[in-house]
Amino acid sequence: MSSATLTRDRAKVTAWLQNYGVYLAVVVLLLFNVVFTENFLSAANFRTQLVQAAPVCIVALGMALVIGTEGIDLSVGSVMAISAALIPLYLGAGPLTAIIVAVIAGVVSGLFSGYLVAYLGIQPIIATLALLVGGRGLALVIAHGQLVQLHSQEFLELGTGDLLGVPIMVIVAGVLAVLAGLVVQRTTFGRHLVAVGGNRAASTLAGLPVKRVLISVYVISGALAAVAGVLATSRLAASDPSDVGLLMELSAITAVVVGGTPLTGGRVRVLGTVFGALLMQLVQATLIKHNLPDSTAQMVQAAIIVVAVYVARERSSR
Amino acid sequence: MTATTSQPTARNAAFAGVLQRQGAAVVLVLGVAASWFAFPHFGTADNLRSLVLQGSFLAVIALGMTFVIISGGIDLSVGSNYALGGVLAAYGAQYGLVVAIVLPLAVCSLIGLVNGVLIARTGMAPFIVTLASLLFARGLLLALTSEGATTYKVDPGSAFLWLGQGTIFGIGVPVYITLVLFALGGLLLRRTRFGQSVFAIGGAEQSALLMGLPVARTKISLYTLSGALAGFAGVLTAAYLQSGVTVIGVGTELDAISVVVIGGTLLTGGAGTIIGTLVGVLLRTLIQNVINQIGTLDSNYQTVVSGAFLLVVVVIQRLLARSRTR
Repeated sequence: MSSATLTRDRAKVTAWLQNYGVYLAVVVLLLFNVVFTENFLSAANFRTQLVQAAPVCIVALGMALVIGTEGIDLSVGSVMAISAALIPLYLGAGPLTAIIVAVIAGVVSGLFSGYLVAYLGIQPIIATLALLVGGRGLALVIAHGQLVQLHSQEFLELGTGDLLGVPIMVIVAGVLAVLAGLVVQRTTFGRHLVAVGGNRAASTLAGLPVKRVLISVYVISGALAAVAGVLATSRLAASDPSDVGLLMELSAITAVVVGGTPLTGGRVRVLGTVFGALLMQLVQATLIKHNLPDSTAQMVQAAIIVVAVYVARERSSR
Repeated sequence: MTATTSQPTARNAAFAGVLQRQGAAVVLVLGVAASWFAFPHFGTADNLRSLVLQGSFLAVIALGMTFVIISGGIDLSVGSNYALGGVLAAYGAQYGLVVAIVLPLAVCSLIGLVNGVLIARTGMAPFIVTLASLLFARGLLLALTSEGATTYKVDPGSAFLWLGQGTIFGIGVPVYITLVLFALGGLLLRRTRFGQSVFAIGGAEQSALLMGLPVARTKISLYTLSGALAGFAGVLTAAYLQSGVTVIGVGTELDAISVVVIGGTLLTGGAGTIIGTLVGVLLRTLIQNVINQIGTLDSNYQTVVSGAFLLVVVVIQRLLARSRTR
């Protein structure tokens, strides 16, 4: 009797942790920093944290949608590089043109991987791996392997400017997160996406537009990665295709997984993903502020990923 | 009537099967022949020697990856393990030859063992577990080298260097070691119960479990093997470079996965060959070499060509697999 209650309680705790663990972790980490970190409670610090989390957060939103369909998009970092490489070429025609060209490049990359996955039936990991390997090379070829300083004030405003006291980068990330949430929760496309990830065969039999859904999520992911590439370039005030977005695929996947979206698809947690990105940023900031080296930060990140996935596993097996 | 219609289909299917398995080998032979005629320097003994030597380090990593992928898994930690193995070998070389080999093998096997235990005992996805250990191993490497600032040098007189720089009949020692490891790997995969279990798990894990095969134990051994081989590739590289270079191995896991896939091993598991992986490695090294031979080409084209080549191979594999099931 008591052992049965105990198991039930344990199941409840696990379920609760799976749903709210990431929020709890963010709150705990914030409290820890408020007490133990000097100068943590300052507007300037919060701005820095949010601005630094913004690109990962934007990429992770697209990644969450792809993972929701039981896929994965390893090409995001290279798409960021391609987007960064294109910007100086078109900045002469105005910042808006440059941004549009960069985003179109992201859409085309997404169409490419989406087509391979949806129509040729190639596994997402391999289809996007090819673009990860080739994409950065392409970006470097476009840019002749060079870093280009940017001087267009209007364009640089994106990465450094404010709107009503909030950094533009953070506003962009926030708007995109709200949009992603609405798409998943309130649209037919969102329902289809989750259904395809949950059971692709059943979705096909039910007459859902499976291929169109699959291609769309990769296009969205590519476009969002391109946006992140634009923002990162603007903040850096330079186009640096050899470095921008390096290992971004890993950070984005980590944010998504830590946020409670299972890698097996069929579920997308947008708010969880945003908090996943914030959590990883906070972890890094906390370690840096307490003078722990990069090596420790990486090992702690590894432990967090394992724990998050372990907890998620308990929930899904029930 | 049925016999006449089904015979060509059967022959087509058989042809498709051969192409899927031997396609990379055909491309390799054609590529070598074409390069031989196109580039005067390509066929020289020096160039061929350096070509096989350059390929041998990746080959050792890809050997472990082949086993893991045939079992239906994936190991993203090999790049970090490779770099860690190199640093540990260079560090250990000051205490003698044995330490230089045993220390990296022990640490990298241990990381592989942890991967295997987490994957086999908790049912977590290999992708995510090995992603975490990719970060962990790189972090450990940075911690050992004061955040990457220390590069351990191997004493020029050390016997350890023979492993990477020595030659037998003019050909580098790593090449011989690689060939021996591949021969052993082939025997392990084809001629032992362990190898059969690997195929069974990759083909249908549930059935393997129901048949009473030691699924968990096999998986743990696989990831341990992969970690050990990645570490050993690091040992060879440290001996070749005379130091533990901290920045190597970033993205090497992706190189290893692509050469395995190019070699005809299916990423879905259950099918693959050791010799195919060797062909895949040689093809990749050939592409690299040809781009160097052309000389005027931007070196960044190398990754573009590698990516495009991987894609072409996978698309062809996929189309062939389709035509066979029809």
